[in-house]
Amino acid sequence: MNDFFITSLFFGGASCLITYQLGIYIQKKLKSKLFSPQVFSMAVIILFLLLFDVEYETFDAGAKYVSYLLTPATVCLALPLYEQFQILKKNALAILAGILSGTLISAVTILLLSMLFGLSHQEYVTLLPKSITTAIGMGVSEELGGIVSITVASIVITGNLGNVIGPMVCKLFGIHEPIAKGIAMGTSSHVMGTSKAMEMGEAEGALGSLSIAVAGLITVIVAAVFAGLY
Amino acid sequence: MKYLKQLAIILSITLIGEILHHLIPLPVPAGIYGLVLLFVALMTGLLKPEAIRDTAKFLLEIMPILFVPAGVGLLSTWPQLKPILVPLLVIIVVSTIVVMVVSGRVTQLLLKLFRKEKGHE
Repeated sequence: MNDFFITSLFFGGASCLITYQLGIYIQKKLKSKLFSPQVFSMAVIILFLLLFDVEYETFDAGAKYVSYLLTPATVCLALPLYEQFQILKKNALAILAGILSGTLISAVTILLLSMLFGLSHQEYVTLLPKSITTAIGMGVSEELGGIVSITVASIVITGNLGNVIGPMVCKLFGIHEPIAKGIAMGTSSHVMGTSKAMEMGEAEGALGSLSIAVAGLITVIVAAVFAGLY
Repeated sequence: MKYLKQLAIILSITLIGEILHHLIPLPVPAGIYGLVLLFVALMTGLLKPEAIRDTAKFLLEIMPILFVPAGVGLLSTWPQLKPILVPLLVIIVVSTIVVMVVSGRVTQLLLKLFRKEKGHE
């Protein structure tokens, strides 16, 4: 059977789309925000590859056509940024300061904890872009010499965590302004946090998507600077 | 043809981003150059949002699936991941909460401050 998968061009792509659809179906059935179709899809494919002893490279021969769209999709983040420019302009200083403070504190926290745990430089730069959207985070990690797949895993874990604990953290720490909530969700946990922010309200969702793009861009610079510190 | 034309525009901008990434010796991914280029093109009116909207919305919508192959890549990096799993999880949990609280509180504080200022005028 492995012989077939080695030569199959469509196994990788098809398995991504099918398992993701299955994940969406389960999510609807469970009505649980704790369940992530994305994580489900990854887990099922990993299990399948292990079970049938298929190499990752074999899977990726087909799946790379799925990843191919990631860069154009990142470029398209310019569209929500453009469409929400009026909200940004009106509250520009507060919004930018909020996102910038979050991006900086992210790098500082990761720097200090990496030192505390005695992580290697490669492990440290792998974690630096963990709060931003995967498309940008992967690029930053790659440029800094990190382990891209661990960066992706960290980003996904971060996103799920933010999505789940976000409303609780906001309540606990008295963050009640819609704009502030959106910034908190988008800056800390990118697209996955923003999808939760969209459930909170329109302003929350809009500011969340804005934070994804802005925090992503700021992190490109912040991560490059912080990479030299440890 | 509409989608194909829109995709042609998006891929062209991505290509220019790739060229810039190749020419400029900075750790900036091609997608970011493309994002900035597209944003500038939209802001200056060089490109109407309608010229890319449908395809762009589609790409943004399917974004979560696009990360799946990279996540499956964990399989080949598990040996590197395993020894740092505990510090990794601690760092993720702590920094995610800290970032959430700091960015949210700072934004809220400044919003209130600026509103008060405007109120005095």
